[in-house]
Amino acid sequence: MSKLIVDGVEVDVPPEYTLLQACEVAGAEIPRFCYHDRLSIAGNCRMCLVEVKGGPPKPSASCAVAVRDLRPGPNGELPVVLTKSPMVKKAREGVMEFLLINHPLDCPICDQGGECDLQDQAMAFGFAGSRFIENKRAVEDKYIGPLVRTSMNRCIHCTRCVRFTAEVAGTGDMGAIGRGEDMEITTYLETAMRSELQGNVADLCPVGALLPKPYSFKARSWELVKTESIDVMDAQGSAIRIDTRGREVMRILPRTNEAVNEEWISDKTRQIVDGLKTRRLDRPYVRENGKLRAASWQEAFGIIAAKVGASSPSRLGAIAGDLCAVEELFALKSLMDLLGARSIDCRQDGVKLDPKFGRASYIFNPTIAGIDEADGLMIIGSNPRKEAPVLNARIRKRWLRGGFKVAVIGEKADLTYDYVYPGAGPETLATFADHAPAKMERPMLLIGQGALARPDGLAVLALAAKAAVSLGAVKDGWNGLAILHTAAARVGGLDLGFVPGEGGLDAKAMSKAGALDVLFNLGADEIDIEPGAFVIYQGSHGDRGAARADVILPGAAYTEKPGIYVNTEGRPQLADRANFPPGDAREDWAILRALSEALGRKLPFDSLRALRAQLFAASPHLAELDLIAPGEALDVGALAAAGGAPGTAPFVSPIRDFYLTNPIARASAVMAECSALSQNFERQAAE
Amino acid sequence: MLEDKDRIFTNLYGYGDWRLKGALSRGAWDNTKTLIDKGKDWIISEMKASGLRGRGGAGFPTGLKWSFMPKADPARPSYLVVNADESEPGTCKDREIMRNDPQLLIEGCFIACFAMEAHACYIYIRGEYILEAERLEAAIEQAYAARLVGANNVHGWPFDIYVHHGAGAYICGEETALLESLEGKKGMPRLKPPFPANMGLYGNPTTVNNVESIAVAPTLLRRGAAWFAGFGAKNNAGTKLFCISGHVNKPCNVEEAMSIPFRELIDKHCGGVRGGSDNLLAVIPGGSSVPCVPAAQIIDAAMDFDTLRDLKSGLGTAAVIVMDKSTDIIRAIARLSYFYKHESCGQCTPCREGTGWLWRVVSRMAEGRAQKREIDMLLEVTTQIEGHTICALGDAAAWPVQGLIRHFRPEIERRIDQYSANPHSEPVKDFGVAAE
Repeated sequence: MSKLIVDGVEVDVPPEYTLLQACEVAGAEIPRFCYHDRLSIAGNCRMCLVEVKGGPPKPSASCAVAVRDLRPGPNGELPVVLTKSPMVKKAREGVMEFLLINHPLDCPICDQGGECDLQDQAMAFGFAGSRFIENKRAVEDKYIGPLVRTSMNRCIHCTRCVRFTAEVAGTGDMGAIGRGEDMEITTYLETAMRSELQGNVADLCPVGALLPKPYSFKARSWELVKTESIDVMDAQGSAIRIDTRGREVMRILPRTNEAVNEEWISDKTRQIVDGLKTRRLDRPYVRENGKLRAASWQEAFGIIAAKVGASSPSRLGAIAGDLCAVEELFALKSLMDLLGARSIDCRQDGVKLDPKFGRASYIFNPTIAGIDEADGLMIIGSNPRKEAPVLNARIRKRWLRGGFKVAVIGEKADLTYDYVYPGAGPETLATFADHAPAKMERPMLLIGQGALARPDGLAVLALAAKAAVSLGAVKDGWNGLAILHTAAARVGGLDLGFVPGEGGLDAKAMSKAGALDVLFNLGADEIDIEPGAFVIYQGSHGDRGAARADVILPGAAYTEKPGIYVNTEGRPQLADRANFPPGDAREDWAILRALSEALGRKLPFDSLRALRAQLFAASPHLAELDLIAPGEALDVGALAAAGGAPGTAPFVSPIRDFYLTNPIARASAVMAECSALSQNFERQAAE
Repeated sequence: MLEDKDRIFTNLYGYGDWRLKGALSRGAWDNTKTLIDKGKDWIISEMKASGLRGRGGAGFPTGLKWSFMPKADPARPSYLVVNADESEPGTCKDREIMRNDPQLLIEGCFIACFAMEAHACYIYIRGEYILEAERLEAAIEQAYAARLVGANNVHGWPFDIYVHHGAGAYICGEETALLESLEGKKGMPRLKPPFPANMGLYGNPTTVNNVESIAVAPTLLRRGAAWFAGFGAKNNAGTKLFCISGHVNKPCNVEEAMSIPFRELIDKHCGGVRGGSDNLLAVIPGGSSVPCVPAAQIIDAAMDFDTLRDLKSGLGTAAVIVMDKSTDIIRAIARLSYFYKHESCGQCTPCREGTGWLWRVVSRMAEGRAQKREIDMLLEVTTQIEGHTICALGDAAAWPVQGLIRHFRPEIERRIDQYSANPHSEPVKDFGVAAE
């Protein structure tokens, strides 16, 4: 630790701290534009200048000077840093004046207004007048993709966006061309950015040069009500903030959660917003003569009750989808239990994970933050860049730090980091089952759904578990077996035991023609249900599930209901309600509660609170929000016995199109545009 | 006046043969082995004792710079990088060395590398120097053929030397921007610390020296530090190449002792100021980036680092730009401001935004189309740039304007009065573009 004096306050900070960090520890506010905690140091905005006593007679950029570079005084006095001296004040005013001379005065029509670093810092550190009477610079706006709108006159060349794409996203899409005052930020050829994290550059931009395009001119920041919530687009459970105006979701922004998403979110998470408003199911429907017609809740419930009454419990089943909160899964499971039905499944993709092998067999045991501590990674049957882009950025961050080897078994893809490629299928994985221990302290095996959602999934899991043991990835204090899910509801469903009971059918068997009389489909849109069964679809969007339904019960989307989601690490997180479901749509647990009464099997809770009390009694670990209940060590022998022999087909990632993985995304025009662009890129790359 | 026997650059004007044979006949590579045998510590202490200050402009003691290099480490090889990106307006000394006496530079590189335990040297040459690069590469080939350099040379210190061609950016003459450019990146200066001696080329210890600093080293070591230190005033030792341009009767490059009075330099070598010394208006004594000095102050001043610093100017690269009374001094400075606006890399705010502002205001002032209060504003803007930037280009852009205002404020005010007596609506003349 090093001591120094900042504005008369003595602080003791680690020597690798920058002066800026040390000043913050001392409580001094340092203005900055180019500096960002998670990006490399550029030192180019010159806004963070401070005075260092005994140093050169000019101000120093505090973001770029380390505390260890300070020299003590001649008699061993502590180094002195001043952040409020006249020199510093003058330097800040000077830099602010330079930043503003070529910055347009268009704050009234700028979407950044109200949350603009330049506005705020000009108020706090600039001076009031302007002395610049020449013409301002004019810069042509650039096309950089469907998600980010540019207004390059406003750019202050902090290069945060350039550093983000180069360092975090790993695509290096953006850069600066030109020199001096003609320098321009662009994607060089004005092509769209190719990262799944590109929306974050709009957050990083301290001015209004890069703005979210779909949100253009829609709202002012001070009109919005902010709700803290959890994302459901992938199984990572990124922390988000949902901004609403009235009943309408206006935008989704990331929140900082060091353990999960740091402060990034994927483009799907961010720009799904328009999908929440289109193709919504806002009233119950019933199918009559092959056509759906609007109906009342009573009528829909009456039809369901008649069908269920005419069926036997063994001909009754339920499939749950990927976006369900734990509450409605619990309500549906309770209802099916009351009805005596054993065919329930939350694994519509047919993945072979099962809670009977213990929690460690289906969660991301090393945790996402654990990636930072790992020193090796084997990715099996996954493309994390498509399945969890933010998690992929974390892997890249670890890889950039060095001393981190990555191997991929499965599809070859551009993951934004280098890896070795031993092979594509189970036979390659088998070569690691009896391998000598890796020369690493903390190796990780990341197993994707592409390796598990196939008939031999259990055998592959057993093989991977064996490999994990032989490579030394599972030992005291470190469990490197990491299952990466793609569905936000999956771990919660497995935690509740939302899988077939004794003699029950799994999702695939239930979807076969003639398997069931009545099938309750709770938002499962990624599965084809063959003709035959009477299907009740409860969900938010008119997608594939609704098209196959005989009765539709309109539910709430994830922003419209409070709910607990368990992410791929097994971390229960609370998503709050930001707005209300449209029309007659209701919160899903309440629909199930009302239906249970119509079926004459009343569920024993009348409020969400009562439901949660029962839920927590059944699964106590879900009550420990944001904490992970670690799984007990995996019984590899039992897995292997259950698994049988693996097949030979190569692993394929389950996600073919990152932008269209769920009904909300498929309802979004923005996602459709992104999807078309990315397919185009892939075609071009193939040619 | 420097006697011919004390000249280091004996083929400065290209009257002799530039090739290896000619260079050997002039004494290059003469017994280099004995210098090497005296060891690196001797070389560095001799360089320190000579008082040689870097010839690139900043005047940092060369021996001291060499001594900053860390001990040899096989994992982090040391490098010598020679800055031959000579782009400072008015400066043309390195050009003559590489054109007419390249072996002096190559021998200097060899000795410097030995003293710093480096095995590789890169010469980063300015993009516009086509002929010089060809000569230099030919000279290097000849040195390789004669086994003076190379992996297995006659001196027993494995040594390779490479020439890298720049692309014509002034900023790449800044040492860290030069390293970035050499690594294949955009030529933008790095933050310091870390300094190149610690984290330079490819993250390894690197010393960046000017061509002239390196080229004088062999002769200096052969003739001894005391000989070199015998020239010039205290702290300003040695001989120096002066590049005199502008309104003198015979502009020239000449090697002279440091601290030679300005009047003697001009009269002896350049045939005096055009129209006599009474016709002298001002002098920019060290290349375009130092402030100008009016006639009365410069005429009997000693041309060295310390004297010129006391005149609030600098020796810089010793590119002496002489301006007689026919010069439109405001317009001259406006042209320099355009140069700095054009060459700013755009990385950091004060320089990127400030250089354009300076140029526009000075351009208006050259025609008198300004308010008198803007003179003080302009001065304040220069102080807002100076010292607030990553590299020294911001300072270099600010100083000429500061010099103008310091010494020629009445001229600016007169110009403003003239214009306001007879205003018109013609567009402001664009000195920069017109001159391109």
